[in-house]
Amino acid sequence: MLRINNIYKTFNIGTINEKTALNGTCLTLNEGDFVTVIGGNGAGKSTLLNAVAGTWFVDEGSILIDDVDVTKMPEHKRARFLGRVFQDPMMGTAATMGIDENLALAARRGQRRGLHAGISRAERERYKEQLTELDLGLENRLTSKVGLLSGGQRQALTLLMATLKKPKLLLLDEHTAALDPKTAAKVLALSDKIVAEHNLTTLMVTHNMRDAIAHGNRLIMMNEGRVVLDIGGEEKKKLTVEDLLEKFEAVSGEEFSNDQALLSK
Amino acid sequence: MNISSLFNAMPGAVAQGLIWGIMAIGVYITYKIQDVADLTVDGTMSLGGAICVLMLTNGQNIWVSVILATLAGMIAGLVTGILHTGMGIPVILSGILTQLGLYSINLKILGGKSNQAVSADNYDLIISLRYVKGVPFYRNSIFIVALFVIAIIAILYWFFGTERGCSIRATGCNPNMSRAQGINTNFNTVLGLMISNGLVGLASALYSQYQGFADVNSGRGAIVIGLAAVIIGTVVFEKIFHNFALKLLAVALGAVIYYVVLQIVIWLGLDTNYLKLLSALVVAIFLAVPYWKQKYLAKPAKKGADTNA
Repeated sequence: MLRINNIYKTFNIGTINEKTALNGTCLTLNEGDFVTVIGGNGAGKSTLLNAVAGTWFVDEGSILIDDVDVTKMPEHKRARFLGRVFQDPMMGTAATMGIDENLALAARRGQRRGLHAGISRAERERYKEQLTELDLGLENRLTSKVGLLSGGQRQALTLLMATLKKPKLLLLDEHTAALDPKTAAKVLALSDKIVAEHNLTTLMVTHNMRDAIAHGNRLIMMNEGRVVLDIGGEEKKKLTVEDLLEKFEAVSGEEFSNDQALLSK
Repeated sequence: MNISSLFNAMPGAVAQGLIWGIMAIGVYITYKIQDVADLTVDGTMSLGGAICVLMLTNGQNIWVSVILATLAGMIAGLVTGILHTGMGIPVILSGILTQLGLYSINLKILGGKSNQAVSADNYDLIISLRYVKGVPFYRNSIFIVALFVIAIIAILYWFFGTERGCSIRATGCNPNMSRAQGINTNFNTVLGLMISNGLVGLASALYSQYQGFADVNSGRGAIVIGLAAVIIGTVVFEKIFHNFALKLLAVALGAVIYYVVLQIVIWLGLDTNYLKLLSALVVAIFLAVPYWKQKYLAKPAKKGADTNA
């Protein structure tokens, strides 16, 4: 499904801020895998997702989605394979456009955008039904500007947009990190539901170890730009936060340095 | 000061305002929809007229001349777009570069002279400052330019509702999200610049006919007048005009208000040498007001995300 072969990425080459974010990362995802990604700050989790999404090109290595080599494919072309939800709720939607218009933009991902109407009446009806399923009351605010919505509502909407056109791969980049705990839990539950419904192959970055254990069928840990731990199946089901912390110390030789992850134990 | 002289000057001010309204709609597309400040327009506002006059003096049909002026404007937008998206030059600087280059091109088009006349006596012009009073309404320049404005608004209203138009709006609002949704943001940025400058080229062609000459300097400070019209139109009509077509109309009316006020100021006896200074000041103040409002009058924002998700 997704094959990441030995990719490298260094930022700010030749400056004092030089940082190797991906250092020979390898990862293979099978059809239907729901993989959670954890790791300390600067471990390369988000960088990995951005590499797959094509925010920039990797320095070395290759990325294949469904056997299509996308290593040199620009971000907007790759988008037809991908559904993405970002950490920042502002980032996934167009604030000055209506809820319906945002959905219509997402529904046309991967299609040529011509001079047909940007949104049709039939589409609006369909979106209304799909929004009803989110159970956030958005179905009655179809033409409201997205900028008026709360962070949680925007993330839920972005999630719907990411999956409106079934993606080959869903990329969730700490998409609940900016939300309060209650809202985060809701959005996570919704993510689970949508992933299960469409049987989506998913890569979810999180800071929260408990979430990483509770969701998905596979867990990977990153450190210094590499995948250092890959746990799936029965072993993952039995995993505890203590196990993970211990494993982290063993592979990295240092204590897990993320307050958020520790506090959320 | 004779009030009747002011009234006599009004039809001319309205006609000029409407012509600049077309130009201001072009500025609205870049400034408000695309969220970029495109300074190409200073060059394009001279280019369209120069092309139009060149075509006319070479015996070309008036409509063909106007269409070619529009296309020339679009090419100017294309150049700025390529400088920006293809060569990585910030959009403001790209616009300045194109604008500067256009000065030479405009001079060349005008045969090395800074201006060139097209008299309404010798050419069958669409509009002229002679036709603002005392002619049947269908020959009246105000009426004809108003038709242009309505047609342009109708076309833009349709276009920005299409898939492509929506994707241009999304690109201006959130380029990250747009790329994530498979939108080629570079292409859209260039396309938007072309549409905007095409409109400015058209306005310039009409303006040269109205004045009866094309001038290499007629675009100087055009961006400021365009912005003034956008801002005035938005401020005056924002409470009543919510629909996109009406917002565009507000911009055109903003340009009319600008020219009417200008006419009044001149009538009050202001030295016309100060006009550009006055325009710059008006735009600076109007741009500062929202900033000041936010900085000094805003209520403290609620901290943390809303929980009612």
